[in-house]
Amino acid sequence: MLRPITFSLALLLTTAPVLAQTAPTPPAVTPTEPRETIEGTLSQDRTVIGVPPLATASVQTVAGLRTDSLGRQIAEVIAADLERSGLYEPIGPNGVRAITRAEVQAPRFAEWQARNAENVVHGFVDAGSNGSLIVGCYLYDTALGSELVRKGFEIQPGDWRRAAHKCADAIYSRLSGEAPFFDSRVAYIAESGPKGNRIKRLAIMDSDGGNHRFITNGQALAISPRFSPDYKKIVYVSYLNNRVRVFIYDVASGSQKLVTESSNATFAPRWSPDGTQILYSMAVNGNTDIYRISANGGTPVRLTNTPGIDVGGSFSPDGRKIVFESDRSGGQQVYTMNIDGSNQQRISFGGGRAATPEWSPRGDLIAFTRMGGGEFRIGVMTPSGGGVRMLTNSWQDEAPTWSPNGRVIQFFRTTPGREGKSSLWQVDLTGVNMRRLPTPQDGSDPSWGPVLP
Amino acid sequence: MTIRKSTAMIAAITMLAVGACAKKAPDTLPPAPEGTGTDTGAGTGTGVVPGSQEDFLASVGAMGDRVFFDYDQYNVDAQDQATLQTQSQWLQRNPAVRVTLEGHADERGTRDYNIALGERRANAAKNYLASLGIDPSRINVISYGKERPAELGSTEEAYARNRRAVTVVIGQ
Repeated sequence: MLRPITFSLALLLTTAPVLAQTAPTPPAVTPTEPRETIEGTLSQDRTVIGVPPLATASVQTVAGLRTDSLGRQIAEVIAADLERSGLYEPIGPNGVRAITRAEVQAPRFAEWQARNAENVVHGFVDAGSNGSLIVGCYLYDTALGSELVRKGFEIQPGDWRRAAHKCADAIYSRLSGEAPFFDSRVAYIAESGPKGNRIKRLAIMDSDGGNHRFITNGQALAISPRFSPDYKKIVYVSYLNNRVRVFIYDVASGSQKLVTESSNATFAPRWSPDGTQILYSMAVNGNTDIYRISANGGTPVRLTNTPGIDVGGSFSPDGRKIVFESDRSGGQQVYTMNIDGSNQQRISFGGGRAATPEWSPRGDLIAFTRMGGGEFRIGVMTPSGGGVRMLTNSWQDEAPTWSPNGRVIQFFRTTPGREGKSSLWQVDLTGVNMRRLPTPQDGSDPSWGPVLP
Repeated sequence: MTIRKSTAMIAAITMLAVGACAKKAPDTLPPAPEGTGTDTGAGTGTGVVPGSQEDFLASVGAMGDRVFFDYDQYNVDAQDQATLQTQSQWLQRNPAVRVTLEGHADERGTRDYNIALGERRANAAKNYLASLGIDPSRINVISYGKERPAELGSTEEAYARNRRAVTVVIGQ
């Protein structure tokens, strides 16, 4: 796991003598994942940040990974994270001179200023004890010559991407004032095969698409996954044995169990923010209502009781309210209620239908799918239904999910026609910086989890 | 029980079925499939097994296994009633047969809602069959929402064909 460490650079420097580095040969960088697609506008005044490869005190191989190669790869992940935020324009690590270990704490500010970099990221990767790695990263203001961020981590070599995300998070938070979000994960559905018989597999990945892993083999249709807040479990719907049922999948053991025993279809599961409760929808004789149950099982509590379809749901971050959708007024609209089902109130009005509400982790907004004019678009509104803003404008954009800091929204986009496909996208809360996420296959139903501890 | 059987089994069952013909009421025999002639003889081994999905489809006719719905609706209209009446006659002739009613929606709804909508449609068809005297315990219901379109296009015609409840024989 990732262990943050506070360290004195002077101490580290004395215990690890700085070698006069001969410039290490940059490792060949082989692109293994599809590139992101950027659509729409980026912020016009992006801050330029220098991100040279992280230095190493001495080139060592730990668990088959060379510390100098890792220094470059970590810098690549940091630069990609910062670029993806839409707020920053990184310079490097490619095309940028490798810094020395001594430079980490003594940047050549003039050199970075000459490249119009307002900030520069420096760092190192050193071999630690017992097969671990020590990763340090620093953010400097090149004009003031001041240190803005200093982070250090002792990690197992396999966690190097997380160290990079933690560095990027620290830099992003310091410069933007926003909470971090890079070091987080996404569960989604990987899709393949013809439209009439899609193979749908549960899959997970880091927020940048790294560490991708398929969970289910595709024999049973899988839809609508949600990571538990501690990332140990995934709740989702499987059509195993030609039934529609909510399962809780245990990531470590690979075992899964039913959320509740029922002869009825159960679907649309969601976790409570503390991971102790699960919402699900159940159809009884054709009528769907929303239920809440302990994640450990027990007796479910029925929360809605109308002849209409009541489905989905998302907890407010304080765990006291639930936003859900219902067609009790005719078409789909968004409603809120207390977690015991009391005080049900419609909050979405205006043109078209509103569906798939998701409460922001910051609590101030609800993202939803607006249906109208034959199109699905992603929008946000306040918990009382005001301040509606539409963020996307495509044929079918569906099912928003929030970044852990409530700043970015992921969703899936479907194209029309016989060859229609779905892919994962994300957009900034302000509607700019629209990007397609790289996935090995087509993708749908993204679910973004919290920042890792 | 799965629909597909080994050739040997089909041959054996076909011979049994043919052998039993004389003693059973004529209406246990499936009508001859159009254009294929009476190829239910034991000699070919490719006959339609009474009570099978093939038998059902041959009996109810093309598209007779499904009823269609308007956008975001689940009411069973007069045309649907006629279709389900034909299905119920076959089900009454084959009282041991169990079926699944698959509810589907077009792609113009969100995923979870469409599962709920497919449940409504499949249950509406099930309830109508029950009103015609079919024991509801013979009928399973499953909703596929928008996951399994029959028509792949994104046109009104395709959507109309995808808003459906399909009766599928699952065994006896």
